[in-house]
Amino acid sequence: MSDSSASAGHAWPCARYRVVHETHYTYQSPVSLSQQYLHMTPRSFNYQQTESHRILIDPAEEEGRDGTDYFGNRTRHVTITVPHKVLLVRAESTVALTPRHDLERIRATLPWEQLRAMMTRDRSAEILEACRYLYASPHVNCSPALERYARISYTLSRPQLDAAQELCHRIHEDFEFDDKATDISTPLEEVLAGRRGVCQDFAHLMIGCLRSLGLPARYMSGYILTHPPAGQPRMIGADASHAWVSVYCPDLGWVDFDPTNRSLVQCEHVTLGWGRDYSDVAPMRGIVLGGGEQELEVRVTVSPLPITGSTPA
Amino acid sequence: MLEQLLAQYRAAPDSFDEMLDASGQPRPQWRAMLELMAADAPDAMRQRIDTVQSQVRENGVTYNVYSDARGIQRPWDLNVLPLILPQDEWSGIEAAVIQRATLMNLILGDVYGEQKMLAEGLLPPALIHGHAGFLRPCHGMKHSDGVALHFYSCDLARAADGQWWVLSDRTQAPSGAGYALENRSIISRIFPDMMRDLKVQPITGFFRTMRLSLADWGRRCAANGSSGTPLRDSEAPLIVLLTPGPYNETYYEQAFLARYLGLPLVEGSDLTVRGGMVWLKTLSGLQRVHVIMRRVDDDFCDPLELRSDSALGVVGLTEAARLGNVLIANSLGSGLLESGALLGFLPALCRRLLGEPMKMPSVATWWCGEAAALDQVIGQLDQLVIKPSFPQLRQLSVFGQDLEGIARADFIEQMRANPSNYVAQEQVRLSQSPVWQPGSPGGLSARAIGLRVYACATPYGYVVMPGGLTRAATGRDARVITMQQGGGSKDTWVQSSAERGLQRPLLRSTRSQDLIRDDTHLSSRMAENLFWFGRHTERCDNIARLLRVALNVLFEVRPGYRGAEWPTIEALCTWFSLLDPKAKKQAQGQAQAQIQGLAANLGKDLSDEEIESALLLAVVSPEVPGLARQVRQLFRTASHLGERLSVDNWRALNWMVQRVLDLEQQPSQSEAMTILDDTTTSLMTMAGFAMDGMTRDMGWRFLSLGRRLERLQFQSLVLQHALGMPANGNLDWLLELSDSIITYRTRYRAQPEWLPVLDLLVLDESNPRSIVFQMDGILKGLGKISLSYGPCGFEQLLPLNDELLALAAATDLYWRNARLIDLLVRINVASAAMSERIGLKFFTYTDNLPHRTGNV
Repeated sequence: MSDSSASAGHAWPCARYRVVHETHYTYQSPVSLSQQYLHMTPRSFNYQQTESHRILIDPAEEEGRDGTDYFGNRTRHVTITVPHKVLLVRAESTVALTPRHDLERIRATLPWEQLRAMMTRDRSAEILEACRYLYASPHVNCSPALERYARISYTLSRPQLDAAQELCHRIHEDFEFDDKATDISTPLEEVLAGRRGVCQDFAHLMIGCLRSLGLPARYMSGYILTHPPAGQPRMIGADASHAWVSVYCPDLGWVDFDPTNRSLVQCEHVTLGWGRDYSDVAPMRGIVLGGGEQELEVRVTVSPLPITGSTPA
Repeated sequence: MLEQLLAQYRAAPDSFDEMLDASGQPRPQWRAMLELMAADAPDAMRQRIDTVQSQVRENGVTYNVYSDARGIQRPWDLNVLPLILPQDEWSGIEAAVIQRATLMNLILGDVYGEQKMLAEGLLPPALIHGHAGFLRPCHGMKHSDGVALHFYSCDLARAADGQWWVLSDRTQAPSGAGYALENRSIISRIFPDMMRDLKVQPITGFFRTMRLSLADWGRRCAANGSSGTPLRDSEAPLIVLLTPGPYNETYYEQAFLARYLGLPLVEGSDLTVRGGMVWLKTLSGLQRVHVIMRRVDDDFCDPLELRSDSALGVVGLTEAARLGNVLIANSLGSGLLESGALLGFLPALCRRLLGEPMKMPSVATWWCGEAAALDQVIGQLDQLVIKPSFPQLRQLSVFGQDLEGIARADFIEQMRANPSNYVAQEQVRLSQSPVWQPGSPGGLSARAIGLRVYACATPYGYVVMPGGLTRAATGRDARVITMQQGGGSKDTWVQSSAERGLQRPLLRSTRSQDLIRDDTHLSSRMAENLFWFGRHTERCDNIARLLRVALNVLFEVRPGYRGAEWPTIEALCTWFSLLDPKAKKQAQGQAQAQIQGLAANLGKDLSDEEIESALLLAVVSPEVPGLARQVRQLFRTASHLGERLSVDNWRALNWMVQRVLDLEQQPSQSEAMTILDDTTTSLMTMAGFAMDGMTRDMGWRFLSLGRRLERLQFQSLVLQHALGMPANGNLDWLLELSDSIITYRTRYRAQPEWLPVLDLLVLDESNPRSIVFQMDGILKGLGKISLSYGPCGFEQLLPLNDELLALAAATDLYWRNARLIDLLVRINVASAAMSERIGLKFFTYTDNLPHRTGNV
């Protein structure tokens, strides 16, 4: 798994960020036991180096255990036994990003049908790793409708990433961002028919299109730098978690597309981790005892840091 | 005689017959059985069948069928004739099952580990990465001795040439072994001599081996886990059986196995994960659990990392297993191997992993994900059964020959669109075996059968149960056998050759320091269920007695005349909602309204007929408050006790439930009286079990406390009412209701009078129905419970007890004594309050159920 190891190498960073991700639960009645499974630690890989990271929890956890999941993401299990009506989980990270591929190389990738054939025949470690992301998963199904939508871009012998880029652009053009239209349980068919949704929906949609064609695709979880209107200061906590898609191609490895922003991922996306879909990398998954009704507030701030002269230790 | 027996029995030419050989002669293993039947008295078989059926009924052996109109209860269908297999044939099956279990375990280890079989091209990635049962969070887990598959079973069928084939594998939480054990215990009563003569191998050793192996690994879990604290020699590892609960189709079997193996039967909410370890919530605090034998499906086991909408699992269980702090049998994610799509790849995997060919073939199976297979399957669709490759597709099997016209074309199109979702299997011609059918000439007829066999892992390899669960189809040509669709079952006899004894693996056995004298593992939920079981048993008894007294009084007097005591009895019946003027008018209304109209009855006293009808309804109808409803409630509470009640206790309970609830029409007055008498007798029997058959552990204390509190509440209520009755009222009913009439008559040999009656029912400390007796018992019981679990507020009963003991026969025991009535009222209220306090202190509450907060 070449991409999951921290081989940041000595590439010069193109950006550095500090990310603060706060999750704030308010419960109606006291919670006596809270068990949480977190995917809030940015992983290091060839385009990203996590320089520092910590998770602060209030009330303080009784136990916390760090781990690595099946996809190589960093996880943390937390148990809170102090009765509480308010829970605050604050993840602070500093990451350095290194430049990715330029657009020119994308045009020259292999025809997509060739990759599809490799996926069914080739048994190399890299292809087998990609097979993890080839099939339907809890939030992403494969269907003839998705395939039809994909085929408009995936024309005969078109280079794999060239087609992926057009698919990414089409999703951006055909679909409207609307945070009221869907929630995490909305089926893909509904998103496809309604043409509205949020970043998760667009990511799942693009993944579903690719897998319906027999091509692997990863769900990427993380953050994106937002740009305040000209002349205004950056608002603290105004950002949110973000999701995008990673597409496989034997020539270049995994290449990320962001259908929500119509962009090839370069130096403004901070990666937490990846999986088959949202369910593998939900930042915070938990079960509480007690609590009653609950209110949730999430605040994310991504702030650029100066690019330092030396590669961090 | 033999000819007559076989007169109607046909050995089918195109399938194997278990009893007759190709020439129509009985096979050697069947000769003794056929001779016995031929020499039998005419109704001997009838009697055997009756015995089997009454055993099934009395033991309450049930199988929950989701579609059954009779709700969750359906009696187990056990045929009297076994499947008999000679030793040499069995040896072949045994070796093949051991090989297959070993292979399955290695595949499981590879899939959840290095996945070399994928890299070597022996397993298509789609079958793993495309399978929802491949639990990603379980990848990389380590298992003691490399065993991830602790318990394995497979379904076998025999083809026409006598060769056994494997139809499917059960690798997640194989069911049915408990039914096999139950079948054996029933059938061995019918044919004890025959079983000895045929040297039928016992199957109990298999369960002992399984338990010892799990204990052995549990011991290592305690020591090897991330926070290892090795068990002392005197400590036994705690093994629990995790059940999805009483609504699961095989709950009866789970409770039976738990009882037989001596394991606490727990639900997910009984367990909690702290510090990466699993704990059982007991009354005395959290107890470390080392082994979980599970009957909960893979993805339902942990809402934190697996299916987040599961209410059956334990939060954090996956992490505890990953840390090696608990052994889960079978390991999480093992259900993956149940996919029929794997079957075609097993021969190559067997050669690669074990270096030998498969000893028993699987039924011919093609995974349509391979292009060549798809064309072949479509070409011979008529001979094949098409099944889904993955459980998440939620599709049923389809028989190719059933598909015609457009449906067939549609189906083929679907297969071509998503070939990897389909598996095709050859239809197997099942072998047939005789069943005894009462009424048919000769008695014997043929049924298609399948055999489910079981293996368990030990640190030294797999061991196979010498026997299994034979399932019979409803007809001779059935294509599928499932208990869910109403097949029958048979005991399975494996003969042993003289020189071969039963294998006993060398494992740690119980030593004197392992002895346990208390139920330290009593879960809070179980304590609560026992407490309510006690209360409901007593409540049934009270209501049965009250109904009997009321019906007696109603019929012993002259028509149209009721004794002065009647209004008091009527008031008690109304108190317990047995007589509700409104409800009763409605119940009777339909009939009467037609004749004379309802209006005439309004505002008047109830007629004898109206009262009788209401009381009879209260005996048998669960639709109204009364005995039937109470018995049903008792049964529901008991169904959560599962393994805590003895088989005999269950038998008494089942008999009572059937007596009251299986009535098809309104009983006559005399039938109702018989039912009430029988119910009282059954309840006495159950009280006897509680007194004499249960160990005095903490569970028993809660049961006993429930009974006593209920009785104290009832007796204090009855006495309050009785003391207010008119002066000329007869007191016989009060003694009868309090089950004290015999004592009274022996002592006084005269008409009951207030002073001796009150002495007997309030102050006599030797009468188990007296207030003093119950109060004393409750205080002692609560004292014992407080010693173990801390104060529970029983002090609040002490002043009442003092007042009670200060009563003097000479000055206080008289009719309409307001002070005495007041004391009884306060005792009644205090006992209800005590019950609530116990609930608050010891039992968990529903508003504490965990719920999901993610995903965000």
